Amino acid sequence: MIEEHAKIVQFIGAANGITGRKKLQKMIYIAKKLQYPYKEKYEFHFYGPYSEELTLRIEELCNMGFLQEERQDKGSYVQYKYQMTDAGEHFMQMAQVPEATRDLVACINHMKDKSSRFLELVSTLLYFDHLPKEEQIEKLHVVKGKLNFSKEEIDEAFTFVMNLMNERAIQ
Amino acid sequence: MSYATQKLAEEKVFKDPVHRYIHVRDQVIWDVIGAKEFQRLRRIKQLGTTYLVFHGAEHSRFNHSLGVYEIVRRIVDDSFSGRPEWDDSERLIVLCAALLHDLGHGPFSHAFENVFGLDHEYFTQQIILGDTEVNEILKRVEDDFPQRVADVIGKTYPNKQVVSLISSQIDADRMDYLQRDAYFTGVSYGHFDMERILRVMRPREDQVVIKSSGMHAVEDYIMSRYQMYWQVYFHPVSRSAEVVLTKILHRAKALSEMGYDFDQQPTHFKGFFDSTYTLDEYLALDEGVLLTYFQLWMTEKDPILSDLSNRFVNRKLFQYIEFDLAKDYMKMKELELLFKKASIDPEYYLVFDSSSDLPYDFYRPGEEGERIPIHLLKPNGEIRELSRESEIVEAISGKRRTDHKLYFPEDILTKDGKKKALKKQILDLLT
Repeated sequence: MIEEHAKIVQFIGAANGITGRKKLQKMIYIAKKLQYPYKEKYEFHFYGPYSEELTLRIEELCNMGFLQEERQDKGSYVQYKYQMTDAGEHFMQMAQVPEATRDLVACINHMKDKSSRFLELVSTLLYFDHLPKEEQIEKLHVVKGKLNFSKEEIDEAFTFVMNLMNERAIQ
Repeated sequence: MSYATQKLAEEKVFKDPVHRYIHVRDQVIWDVIGAKEFQRLRRIKQLGTTYLVFHGAEHSRFNHSLGVYEIVRRIVDDSFSGRPEWDDSERLIVLCAALLHDLGHGPFSHAFENVFGLDHEYFTQQIILGDTEVNEILKRVEDDFPQRVADVIGKTYPNKQVVSLISSQIDADRMDYLQRDAYFTGVSYGHFDMERILRVMRPREDQVVIKSSGMHAVEDYIMSRYQMYWQVYFHPVSRSAEVVLTKILHRAKALSEMGYDFDQQPTHFKGFFDSTYTLDEYLALDEGVLLTYFQLWMTEKDPILSDLSNRFVNRKLFQYIEFDLAKDYMKMKELELLFKKASIDPEYYLVFDSSSDLPYDFYRPGEEGERIPIHLLKPNGEIRELSRESEIVEAISGKRRTDHKLYFPEDILTKDGKKKALKKQILDLLT
């Protein structure tokens, strides 16, 4: 259990901070789909795959002082930024979590560079990855009709996933 | 007449302690109830290990599934039928989804899924879509009917109003389990005026709303939920039982990986130990099977497996203390070390566990919330979020309560014998 907490601290530390709850949710989901060892359970929610367990874990880590949550008022909306604290770094070392591999760090940084809208698209496609590509896209339009994802965005999402998989060396 | 609209010659009723009667008129529903995958739910308790604390809590997922079906049937037949915002062609889909929403639960779901990295929602989908009796029945309605039912349960169905009847902050699932669990545990919490809520539910685009005249009944429902979580669902002793159960499964898996020669071969678990399980293997498991293994493992050569099995079967559970991981995680490391020195494997005998609940969450404009709030329909047609109208709900909205405990076998530490000083040192740290 503590190890699972420590892995999240490590993830956020490797990203050097993550801005946006939705973004963080999708990043862990995508990493999990790439077979990195995260155990948080996901279900399909409003913004796509979502883990209540992860939300809880993040809250606990903030309460414990291992993560710092910064509320950023953006005028019409509010965003949260998460960063690993010194205590979090110490906790991670004590928990003896294996060091993040180079490919995991690269994957985290590729995801971090993308918008939460794009990661919502990628994670939703991955949620339906048991379906053939055409049906995946069809399903995306059913559940995310209001977001009007363009063909270019969808193509980019598939390429993005393929590149991450190649780096991870899984097919 | 098509199979989808076929009615039974006579209505069937199930006597039910919560809803008095559960009414079945549709042939499809009657057939699904008779399917072997649905009957399996009789052998899986709704509240897992809670019966070790509240002895009445022996009710099954079968009871609950019928209850959810009955609530949805009453909503669509009595409250929604004929209203322009409700599409009656969705009736059979939502009834099937209500009946089957928990179909994939395994024995002692939470612990079993945790140890073997499984997800009951995945199995629900697999049973509905796979080579099963349930699938065969649903396919007789239409070829894509099983997929549509699975989509409602998986929350990926296009009609969100249908999804929200089964899964939202005020859904048929919660309304049934709160009342049913209260009834069977014998606690006085968990009761609320469901009749009133059902009467004031109204279909609207993408959601179900509650007429504002029913606000107090909804307040009562939310408070009931809050009480039930802390008094029943997160009871520290049933969590202790779950910790022991989880560790039995962990130990059996670890022994299998070490090539241990079991006196009683764990045939039913093989596919789960090495992740080669099939749907049929999953469906062959129930709580009777697990409890039989625990009985047999009480006499295994491995002292950890036999001790843990004994503890579960004979209810010799772990003791617990409040444990603040933030403040005490160094203490945790120290305890692990001392446990090892005392030849008590901390992997199985020192367990940190936390429970948490968010009784109600509201939508904060611009924030990235994931819960659809409960909306009230005012007499002038305006729709208002519940916590903006109710001071009681506002007081607990968005406030998560968490509880952390550390579980350990106090009896081993207090027993006379070897390493007495070391054990005392451990007890001093734990008290």
